[in-house]
Amino acid sequence: MVVAVRPRRLPAILDFYLTVMRTAVQEQFQYRAANYAYMIGMLAEPVIYLVVWSTVANAQGGEVGGYTASQLAAYYIVWTLVRNINIVFTPNGWEWRIREGELSGMLLRPVHPIHYDLAYFAGWKVVVVVMWLPLAVVLTAVFRPDLTVSPVEAIVFSVSLLGAYLIRSMFLWVLGMITFWTTRVAALYELYFTAELLLSGRLVPLSLMPPWAQTLADFLPYRWTFGFPIEALVGDLETSELLFGLGMQAAWTLAGAVLVALVWRRGIRRYSAVGN
Amino acid sequence: MSLEGPDIVVGGLTKTFVVPEREAGLKAAARSLFHRRHREVRAVDQISFTIEPGEVVGFLGPNGAGKTTTLKMLSGLLFPTIGRVSVLDHVPSKREKDFLSRITLVMGNRNQLQWDLPAVDSFEMNRAIYRIPRPDFERARDELVDLLEIGDLVHKPVRNLSLGERMKAEIAGALLHSPRILFLDEPTIGLDIGMQKRIRSFIAEYNRRNGATVLLTSHYMADVQALCKRVIVIHHGTILFDGQLSALSERFGTHKTIEVTLQDPSVSLDSYGEVISRDADKARISVPRAETSKIAARLLNDLPVVDLTIEDLPIEDVIEQTFAGGS
Repeated sequence: MVVAVRPRRLPAILDFYLTVMRTAVQEQFQYRAANYAYMIGMLAEPVIYLVVWSTVANAQGGEVGGYTASQLAAYYIVWTLVRNINIVFTPNGWEWRIREGELSGMLLRPVHPIHYDLAYFAGWKVVVVVMWLPLAVVLTAVFRPDLTVSPVEAIVFSVSLLGAYLIRSMFLWVLGMITFWTTRVAALYELYFTAELLLSGRLVPLSLMPPWAQTLADFLPYRWTFGFPIEALVGDLETSELLFGLGMQAAWTLAGAVLVALVWRRGIRRYSAVGN
Repeated sequence: MSLEGPDIVVGGLTKTFVVPEREAGLKAAARSLFHRRHREVRAVDQISFTIEPGEVVGFLGPNGAGKTTTLKMLSGLLFPTIGRVSVLDHVPSKREKDFLSRITLVMGNRNQLQWDLPAVDSFEMNRAIYRIPRPDFERARDELVDLLEIGDLVHKPVRNLSLGERMKAEIAGALLHSPRILFLDEPTIGLDIGMQKRIRSFIAEYNRRNGATVLLTSHYMADVQALCKRVIVIHHGTILFDGQLSALSERFGTHKTIEVTLQDPSVSLDSYGEVISRDADKARISVPRAETSKIAARLLNDLPVVDLTIEDLPIEDVIEQTFAGGS
């Protein structure tokens, strides 16, 4: 007897995410060369940090702020993956999106535009990670990182990548939405990115920063998008610290989502009043 | 009147924009740092109309008349300043999912498809966005591809399509979810005459098959004449005319054209009206509408007429006169 099995329909929102991700993969694979050029350009930043701090560590008898040269190598190689994962739709894109009318097209769809951005950039990550792998092999061969990973750390790291992606997406969306009120906000973006550079673990591991900066970082979202995922894999965090970190990521994601909802409601009212 | 009530109801709809303004020059730029001047521009001013299900209505007006602003308010992209809008019993500016799933807005100068991918991939994305069940999606897609004759084109990256081909693909993408209402803003802009015709006949066919309501703006009168029995003429944000296209000439056409064929092509016609053209034995004279029959009788009496016909002015000329009169 043949039993006809009806395929279960995917929940609509999941279907939407998978379809947009697939579209992003198709589109971004067409830009292999551009993506590679971008990624190689991006590598300059962590390699400079790595060379500087390794030199400092070696000059201080092999260690700086609790990191040996090979631990720093591990930090900055993992950094490259985290950086690739937390690239999201930038605030600068908002100006273009509004001026070119792309936002109007998005508003006509029965799906909130943030879902499109989250799905599209998530799909892009698939391409980016595939392209990152050979570069990671080269960096590992050159800088010889010291990296021992437990299963718990690996799991927490994977989840924290999602957290980092969501937090950065939400906060840069909020920042980008300022474009609804004023068209030139580049200076404000620069201020945000400078603070991020210093207080996220992007420039240096946070443990190398002065105590006041570390305290300040505790009250801001930045460290949960850079420092925490890297330290989850590279550092020697206790299980309780790992879980606390994930909890903080969840809290900042929620805070970001609430902010997005509030600013979006007001911003879109203004956009709809003014047009483009 | 339809039993189910109108699809679109607009009452006293007004949209005012506040725009910054300043004089040219460095001094004015410096002054504007401290004191910004603004001016209110009323793009749409107290317009009211209803559109019944299945109607195809032409929305006419010169640039800046308020057509696109009105379409944007009807599709939920702009909040009205004052007035009431109801589309399919929804308030458009709330942009509810049910509302957005039942309308579409096609703007001739905007691109909604993914630029670097074949249109079929964008169609697939629209399937997911509008939650179209796969069998319905495949049926709609195949039907649209067939009707628009774009079978070969939808597999090429959109960036490689010509303007007309892209427009057809845009229209297909915008109709996959079988919208009940189509807002079409200059759908044939920049296209050659052949392509305009094909898109026109597609819209007519779509309306016939699906009973969809269509509100269309176009600068090409041929679009309007081919598709719309009813037109709404808007100028400076107010409605100048709302009625049958055929009645537009009667309402605004101040003149008619008499085409006369003469045995003797040398006779002067200047005393009968304004001679628009003269070609061998045929001449066309523009005469005041009210005096048409009197002048035609005079021509027949005075001259060796072989043939005589009376026509309304071409619709383009009537529209031009309408806007001139409304300024």
